Amino acid sequence: MTTVNLWIDGKNVTARQGMTVMEAAEEAGIRIPHLCYHPLLEKTGACRLCVVEIEGARALQSSCTVPVAEGMRVHTMTQRVINARKTVLELLLANHPTECLTCEKAGDCALQDYAYEYNVRSDVYPGKKKEYPLEDNNPFFTRDHNKCIVCGRCIRMCADIQGQYAIDYAYRGFSTRVLTAYDESLVDSPCVFCGNCISVCPVGALTPKWERGKGRKWQYEKVRSVCPYCGVGCQIYLHVKDSKVIGVSAADGPANRGLLCVKGRFGQDFLEHPDRLTKPLIRVDGRFVEAEWEEALSLVAEKLSAIRDKYGPDALGFLSSAKVTNEENYLMQKLARAVFGTNNVDHCARLCHASSVAGLAASFGSGAMTNSIEEIENADVIFVIGSNTKEAHPVIGTYITRAISKGARLIVADPRKTDLAACADVHLQHLPGSDVALLNAMMHVILRDRLHNEDFIRNRTEGFTELKEMLEEYSPEVAEGITGVPADKMEIAARIFATAKKGTILYSMGITQHTTGTDNVMSIANLAMLTGHIGRESTGVNPLRGQNNVQGACDMGALPNVFPGYQRVDDPTARGKFEKAWGRALPDKVGLTVVEMMNAARAGQIRGMFIMGENPMVSDPDISHVKESLEQLEFLVVLDIFPTETAQLAHVVLPAAAYAEKEGTFTNTERRVQRIYRAVPPPGQARPDWLVLCQIAKAAGYEMDYDSPADILAEVATLTPSYGGISYERLDGEGLQWPCPDPGHPGTRYLHKDKFTRGLGRFYPVAFKEPAEWPDKDYPLILSTGRVLYHYHTGSMSRRARALDELVPGGYVEIHPKTAEALGIADGQMVRVETRRGWVDTKARVTDTVSQRVIFMPFHFAEAAANVLTNPALDPVAKIPELKVCAARVTLAGKGDAQ
Amino acid sequence: MSQPQTINLDAVREILSRHKDTKGALITVLQEIQEAYGYLPRPALSEVSAAMGVPLSKIFGVVTFYAQFHLKPRGKHVIRVCLGTACHVRGGERMLEKVGEILGIGPGETTDDQKFTLERVACLGACGLAPALMIGDQTYGRLTGKRVEELIKQYREN
Repeated sequence: MTTVNLWIDGKNVTARQGMTVMEAAEEAGIRIPHLCYHPLLEKTGACRLCVVEIEGARALQSSCTVPVAEGMRVHTMTQRVINARKTVLELLLANHPTECLTCEKAGDCALQDYAYEYNVRSDVYPGKKKEYPLEDNNPFFTRDHNKCIVCGRCIRMCADIQGQYAIDYAYRGFSTRVLTAYDESLVDSPCVFCGNCISVCPVGALTPKWERGKGRKWQYEKVRSVCPYCGVGCQIYLHVKDSKVIGVSAADGPANRGLLCVKGRFGQDFLEHPDRLTKPLIRVDGRFVEAEWEEALSLVAEKLSAIRDKYGPDALGFLSSAKVTNEENYLMQKLARAVFGTNNVDHCARLCHASSVAGLAASFGSGAMTNSIEEIENADVIFVIGSNTKEAHPVIGTYITRAISKGARLIVADPRKTDLAACADVHLQHLPGSDVALLNAMMHVILRDRLHNEDFIRNRTEGFTELKEMLEEYSPEVAEGITGVPADKMEIAARIFATAKKGTILYSMGITQHTTGTDNVMSIANLAMLTGHIGRESTGVNPLRGQNNVQGACDMGALPNVFPGYQRVDDPTARGKFEKAWGRALPDKVGLTVVEMMNAARAGQIRGMFIMGENPMVSDPDISHVKESLEQLEFLVVLDIFPTETAQLAHVVLPAAAYAEKEGTFTNTERRVQRIYRAVPPPGQARPDWLVLCQIAKAAGYEMDYDSPADILAEVATLTPSYGGISYERLDGEGLQWPCPDPGHPGTRYLHKDKFTRGLGRFYPVAFKEPAEWPDKDYPLILSTGRVLYHYHTGSMSRRARALDELVPGGYVEIHPKTAEALGIADGQMVRVETRRGWVDTKARVTDTVSQRVIFMPFHFAEAAANVLTNPALDPVAKIPELKVCAARVTLAGKGDAQ
Repeated sequence: MSQPQTINLDAVREILSRHKDTKGALITVLQEIQEAYGYLPRPALSEVSAAMGVPLSKIFGVVTFYAQFHLKPRGKHVIRVCLGTACHVRGGERMLEKVGEILGIGPGETTDDQKFTLERVACLGACGLAPALMIGDQTYGRLTGKRVEELIKQYREN
């Protein structure tokens, strides 16, 4: 790296070539004022506040754009510079309301600070002032064009970083404003309400509504945390005043680098929702009655123990949670295994990435995202299959958009024309459930055209011959008949991916939630190995995990077949190790999965269940069946923060502390273990889940004593090789990516570098199989389900976040215009969607997002629950249900012959 | 947004086919569309956005930056009332008000019958004739309220 020596204010400064004068000054501890400059954004040099005097230059130079040069002599605070800055500020203040008394931004406003520092008055240039009405037509934030100093930071954030291009400068001169096209409401623009514009606005022009009037910068404390919604693991600051969370801002976490999405920024007020559970509830004569903890805990221990004693340990089932911490998941499976003696412990990973865990473990030896989020930005080809990334993992979506603007090519395979598909070079709009045929056809083309990576295949893999044979029958023409995708599009996609330098594959539930989920995953692994796009920076097979801690819940062994660290329960060595550590004999029989537990409950084999932080009454397939199953139980205890649909069926409901009210760690989708900190106390008598688990264990006669979650993680580290080097002391800030086997290990950015976890990568030839249910005469359409940007999972949190709920208050079904026309359905009409499991009435959204044979429903909404309709048929290996495909029909509500 | 819903976009497509792959051709494209339609219809700009890969917000920014572009249909006769220094001194503002009063529209607006569009301009270069205005290509000076009434009546009839 070439270094450059220069003088700034007489100080000798060494800078790197290519740095700007401002950056060099900043590093040397010399602060230069600025308004339009922001480290995340493109430099424009527009505001002229950062001007400095450079010897030899005639005019003052904007230090944010001038690169350093050898021998340069810079003066940042001469009288000339000060006068220039003063004039800039005077001109800005001439047309800026001095409402600092009531401005939300006071104390955190760059203009206010500089006006103070440079002693600038607002009446130097009296004249016309802007008088625009406050823009208040969306639920999330207001825009005050009068306070706007048109620095353009929000525009650059929206365009260059977020990739939405919702706003730009409009009009000219004095009338210049930052507007959407046609000055329409942000709701009608491409805006996704990430609010990242707010975090770069230097003044009070952009204000989150839910934070207004609650406290200003000097009044609140910022507590670092991790967003509890999706698996990206964005770090946030919770703004805490008087023991309440009054606001949220983005932290510079490794996954989000200062960005957030709408849920992260505007969805945290569920913490304060009046529905929060605050006291234990016990069902007496069909009604919930408030109880003391002591009573509730002994009742739980007593009932669960009685069922175990009467029917045996496998009459109990435990659902752990991808929403709670690693420590709590560890304790839940320990409770199930060591205290009650059953491996019947599972959680909602079963419904999302069980097939990834199974498929990738088979192909590579490790079932997690191989590479890191940040690496996506530097891939030159990104292949996204079955992931609506911009809505379900919005911040990862921004890495894709930025990669595209750096020249990367994007291939999207999705049955829907998602916003991401609209950005793609090639969109393969295949039929739900036809993924294997599509992937096989791409591999067929790669092999036929000899674009495969022979060295990689020879040195790093096994099983290639079998794959090659199997692929012969999957010509693009054959696959066209199965997938509905024109053969030439598959050809193009195959060539783009195979000829990439750094090709990365991202996938999600469009791949996993099938009876062929494991097959789909192994097919993806085949494609990555065939092209050698794995084991290097910015490549890999990357399952984007759904929940904030679904990776961690799996890592912690909240699965029926493995202990923490994926050590098998039927492996005597592993079992011996845990028996020794936990001081109890442990069951060797693999337990039941989520859907199997429901079936067993229905059949009377499971009699008691403990459900922590899960809501199967909305999340699981065939809800009517789930309800019947749960109602059959002799005893159901639910530990949650809200009275969910599932809690309504419980005998005992225990109030839990939410993420902001306790200590712990979450593991995000890129295997990064990050800390959360207690910011506020839990409401009422709610307790952290880990404490409740310890207390139940104790009441059931097993000592589970920990001073804090740090103690629990220390125990985890001794038993889980991949977490061996992870401890609370090491987790402040960036966190650590597993595998991190010992305390000196820096963590692992990407997996399978020189060698796969299992040694050689294994090609499993996978033939196409039809989904369990395919359209027929009675049910002619394919129903697929998924998420929307503004809600999360079963909605228990997001539907209690005021602004999210206001913008998207209910569900709908997407129907293609031609299909709708044939059925006589108009946009917005109530329709009945029916499958062999049941029916729901919901609003029709007529859109060509879906193809003619496909309809789509988001599954967040209990009152129009998509999962009443979905098929509980299971993948034989991973036992994941086929949530993404079933046969359905649609009629106008009230006109069908339902039931 | 009371713009006509159905606009034949063939001319837009033809213009785009010639320019869409040329870097920096946005303004040329906008000028040609305005030439063809008399203004810039929204569906035309959406088409431009999709074909050229320029976000609509950016196109809106360009269109509103330049005085030459118009987002709304323009009247058959464009009346430009001069408010340059000379006209200002000799009552240009009153003339503007008078025209507005007769037509029932403000500056920048078009009458419902699409006959007249009213604009204020900084200087027509006819200072000797102040107060002055233009209707289409014709300049009229030494105006009085009565003269303005007559002029508008005359244009309304043809």
